[in-house]
Amino acid sequence: MRKFLLGRLASAIPTLIIVTIAVFVMVRLIPGDPAKLMLGDLARPDQVEALRHRMGLDQPIVTQYFLWLGNIFRGDFGSSITSAQQVLPLMLERFSVSATIVVVAVGIAAMIAVPAGMFAAWRQNSLTDLSVVALSTLLLSIPSFWLGLMILLFLGLKLNWFPIVGFVSFDDDFLKALSFIAMPVLTLVLVEIGSIVRMARASTIEVARLEYITHARAKGLSESAVMWRHAFKNAFAPTWTLIGLILGSLLGGIAVIETVFTIPGLGRLLVDAIYARDYPVVQGCILFVAVIYVLVNLVVDLLYPLFDPRITQ
Amino acid sequence: MSVLSLALPRRSANATIGGAIVISLVVLAVLGPQIAPYDPLALDLLSRMKGLSATHWLGTDEFGRDILSRLIHGARTSVWISFATVAFAMVFGLFFGVLAGFLRGWTDRIIMTFNDALLAFPGLLLALGIMAIAGASRDAIVVALGLAYTPAVVRVARASVMSIREREYIEASRVMGNSELITMLRHVLPNCIAPMTVLATTMFGWVILSESALSFLGLGVPPPAPTWGNMLATGRPFITQAPHLIILPGLCISVTLLGINMLGDAIRDWFDPKMQG
Repeated sequence: MRKFLLGRLASAIPTLIIVTIAVFVMVRLIPGDPAKLMLGDLARPDQVEALRHRMGLDQPIVTQYFLWLGNIFRGDFGSSITSAQQVLPLMLERFSVSATIVVVAVGIAAMIAVPAGMFAAWRQNSLTDLSVVALSTLLLSIPSFWLGLMILLFLGLKLNWFPIVGFVSFDDDFLKALSFIAMPVLTLVLVEIGSIVRMARASTIEVARLEYITHARAKGLSESAVMWRHAFKNAFAPTWTLIGLILGSLLGGIAVIETVFTIPGLGRLLVDAIYARDYPVVQGCILFVAVIYVLVNLVVDLLYPLFDPRITQ
Repeated sequence: MSVLSLALPRRSANATIGGAIVISLVVLAVLGPQIAPYDPLALDLLSRMKGLSATHWLGTDEFGRDILSRLIHGARTSVWISFATVAFAMVFGLFFGVLAGFLRGWTDRIIMTFNDALLAFPGLLLALGIMAIAGASRDAIVVALGLAYTPAVVRVARASVMSIREREYIEASRVMGNSELITMLRHVLPNCIAPMTVLATTMFGWVILSESALSFLGLGVPPPAPTWGNMLATGRPFITQAPHLIILPGLCISVTLLGINMLGDAIRDWFDPKMQG
């Protein structure tokens, strides 16, 4: 068990190192003086010269990388060209907005989709199963941004149920915040249900074939006892990994949903920074999101033995 | 009895409906310029944002351009980008995956370390990063999405090679004096076809979705060239006056993805029948 945990922890280190190298190299691939890129077109020559020195542009590339990495570890991601704000606080502020929506949505989606998928698998080939599979294939096929626009059009503009633009923090006004995140959360829930249902169904079908399930039935246990007490944990393990992957990729990537509902999240920050050629923010966001993704998947893997202890052997 | 009567229609329904949708999409893409009733870029400012009518079957957009013609040309762009991207990812992914799985040792370790690091970027983020460097264009999308999806191919290719390479007929080919290269090309590669077909079909759907998402964000194919994603983006401000501007392109994307997903399920069931429902 300890060996598994340490091994998994150690395996994240080379990944994180290569991620930092990739992000560092990315900005160097853009033609032009990196210091000028980082300061924007309006920078004065003496500012550029000062930054050139601070970035160590007169030194070997390896030294430059370590200088950059050292700054990142101290929390210095540089400052935005367009707003002059420090990049790290800016990212954290925007991240809290995206994360609220994503965590709520993935939680709700999992609570609906996992039981639905398992139930469908338990009645494989019944009409219920076919309807669940058909519905999840349909949901899987609707792009999130279009579903969001449709929800915005009907629930927001036609029915006036929810405010259509903006975001209010939960700390300021709980109910108002709830009304602002309702539509983006609904969109994400519907979008993610499809893949989670399919995974939960597939892994339950795998587990239901195993002998210990036949044995549990032969003992005379009721179907629901067999399903929840014996099948659930093993069937849930692969789904748990998928939920982790979804969580990890959504935490950095709901730019499209944030665009539809005009929410000031991390994804929108990145896309706006790409438009504005605000490279310190672009670099910071890509690194931040990739690191979050690696860490979320690490945590998911570390928790995996709770559902399926066989993995540690 | 009930099991049979329900399972069989679904399986063939997946293949028939999915196949029909995908084939019509490809036909539409190939014949696009011949069947589109109007020039997709022709402006007609006097008939802006008109609804469905006999002259413009699916109405006109905010510049009076014919929506049906733009959707057809959009299909052409999406299909071209998807084929190119899947081909890109398949060629590079197969090359590195087969190499890693067949040679093992240090080659495998180095390839897989880089591959896992690439996998550490969520797909769309990697694409966004590349678009930030290269700027929005059709070729940049192919490279960006191709690179983003290559690691998945490497993983699947490597896994299938590793399950094949210990088989007896591979050993036999070596004993017969065939070089590693011949063994790999003649005996290992053909056995990767099944998992690769399933993956390529799924990936085709991912690329259509990602490409439209990038275009929707304004980082895909630049306007005025029509794509389903940028039609959604440019139609968004007019959502109340002319909802058909955003309903129609989204429907096209959804129907296409539905077709690809159904076809993908049919192909997967065909290779691995126990999952069918």
